[in-house]
Amino acid sequence: MKDFPYTESKDTRSGFGAGLQELGKTNPNVVALCADLIGSLKMDAFIKDNPERFFQVGIAEANMMGLAAGLTIGGKIPFTGTFANFSTGRVYDQIRQSIAYSGKNVKICASHAGLTLGEDGATHQILEDIGMMKMLPHMTVINPCDYNQTKAATIAIADYEGPVYLRFGRPVVPNFTPADQKFEVGKGIVLNEGTDVSIFATGHLVWKAILAGKLLAEKGINAEIINIHTIKPLDAQLILESARKTRCVVTAEEHQMNGGLGDSIAQLLIREEPLPLEMVAVNDSFGESGTPDQLMEKYGLNEQAIVAAVEKVMARRK
Amino acid sequence: MAQDSSFAASAETHAPTPTRSVDDLKQIAAQVRRDIVRMVHAVNSGHPGGSLGCTDLLVALYFKVMKHTPEPFDMNGIGQDLFFLSNGHISPVFYSVLARSGYFPVGELATFRKLNSRLQGHPATHEHLPGVRVASGSLGQGLSVAIGAAQAKKLNNDDRKVFVLMGDGELEEGQIWEAAMYAPHHKVDNLIAFVDRNGQQIDGPTEKIGGLGDLRAKFEAFNWRVLETDGNDLEKLLPTIEEAVQLSGQGQPIMVLMDTQMGYGVDFMMGSHKWHGVAPNDEQLEKALQQLVVEKAGDY
Repeated sequence: MKDFPYTESKDTRSGFGAGLQELGKTNPNVVALCADLIGSLKMDAFIKDNPERFFQVGIAEANMMGLAAGLTIGGKIPFTGTFANFSTGRVYDQIRQSIAYSGKNVKICASHAGLTLGEDGATHQILEDIGMMKMLPHMTVINPCDYNQTKAATIAIADYEGPVYLRFGRPVVPNFTPADQKFEVGKGIVLNEGTDVSIFATGHLVWKAILAGKLLAEKGINAEIINIHTIKPLDAQLILESARKTRCVVTAEEHQMNGGLGDSIAQLLIREEPLPLEMVAVNDSFGESGTPDQLMEKYGLNEQAIVAAVEKVMARRK
Repeated sequence: MAQDSSFAASAETHAPTPTRSVDDLKQIAAQVRRDIVRMVHAVNSGHPGGSLGCTDLLVALYFKVMKHTPEPFDMNGIGQDLFFLSNGHISPVFYSVLARSGYFPVGELATFRKLNSRLQGHPATHEHLPGVRVASGSLGQGLSVAIGAAQAKKLNNDDRKVFVLMGDGELEEGQIWEAAMYAPHHKVDNLIAFVDRNGQQIDGPTEKIGGLGDLRAKFEAFNWRVLETDGNDLEKLLPTIEEAVQLSGQGQPIMVLMDTQMGYGVDFMMGSHKWHGVAPNDEQLEKALQQLVVEKAGDY
């Protein structure tokens, strides 16, 4: 099992803020909108540098999505910022009609996704957003794993024509991917080559998959660990290559089983290469208040849960 | 179907002309109304009532007031006035006006609501119909989009205006009031919005269903500059639009409350919500066309 050294832990939302600041310097068409959550979304630096290119919308997310769609008419590249819950479920029809169906070049940037939002509880812990967004035709769905990758993804999507949902989170997590990485939309990243099982993880669960890989190595299991930062379009080629080699698959994500990464990979495998698959995801349940670590343990989203899923799927492998 | 000869051939002359007379506009409006009833009759579906009621506004904008370039169509519309239709169900009037001002062939109106058409039941960009800049149909979204487009114009130092039309029933949507609060706060003063105040919605009169109340007071309280006019009398409507354009650029968005009659121009369709989303039968179509007289008929 490869080692993944890191010198600091940071929140992915700060990676978004850093990427947006960078875009402020390099791309004059980038504009940003926020629904009263500048601090939470780490948009301060962009706003300080480009006050004329920032729109404070207030607590009016539906209006924000419409404004963003309108700003594209005139060549702007709007980045909207609010919590993942208010970026998706609250404004689904606005995104569907004014952005996705209309083919608008809007980047929907969503922080505080999933259980790791923590103590605020289930009203704010959206676990259905990937599913809602990936069902929209032509919507790209990205869930990077750490600060550096979120920064790189933020910068990359400005040059990626079409609507994008960029999902990130609140807690600090190990920042282990390269600072100089080039983010390629739709291209999975093999973190550890292995032969016994393929673990496809996204977002915060990528680091948990690495921790699980170490535990599995101690048990003599050689796991292939792949970071699927783009849920849609899915890197079908990479996933199938790995699955055909290992003959069994575990998916891991901070999302409902219904509609998430596991669901996408299950659909792919059942069509192309039926193989046993186990999902580490929330099983048809809302979240609740607690610390991020407590919640990830209670809802089965940590390295132990991944190890258990690997053992189960390997036992099912023919 | 006969490809329109007179209007298609003269599409260029119907390009926006500030000097066009009211009489000319009335002729164009009558032709547009003929298109509307024929389009919805042909597929036995669609929304004639609101379309007929808003014909005078769209004709005034597209054939006199707005500076726009139908061909080639440019989505970004830099240097052009833009129009957004928020109440997308009145697509028949929108399509007729777009076609007759040169965005696409008038004959294509015959494909309205049919399979593989660019003229979807509600306006869409998905099939790349020139002249449509955003999908609408699910109500309440167009004002926000128009404000965004107006702000993009400001960023681009583009001094042209953005026009948007909403239905009055549509004002029951919450997003409208989010947008209504935003635009004056951000001094979006290159925006001229219209409300089609026909007082009708699907289930009956707006005052019975939603209780819209005093719209002037409401929008003034939100710090809009509010004008009122008769939306079916070009002699009154045109000066009001002119006034609205003159009032723009002064720190406030402009709201024009436009009294109209649903079904205007066809006596048996007027003033009732019954014709919101019902197509005329053969006999009713004949009756309607008899009332919509054009000197130089140019049906598609």
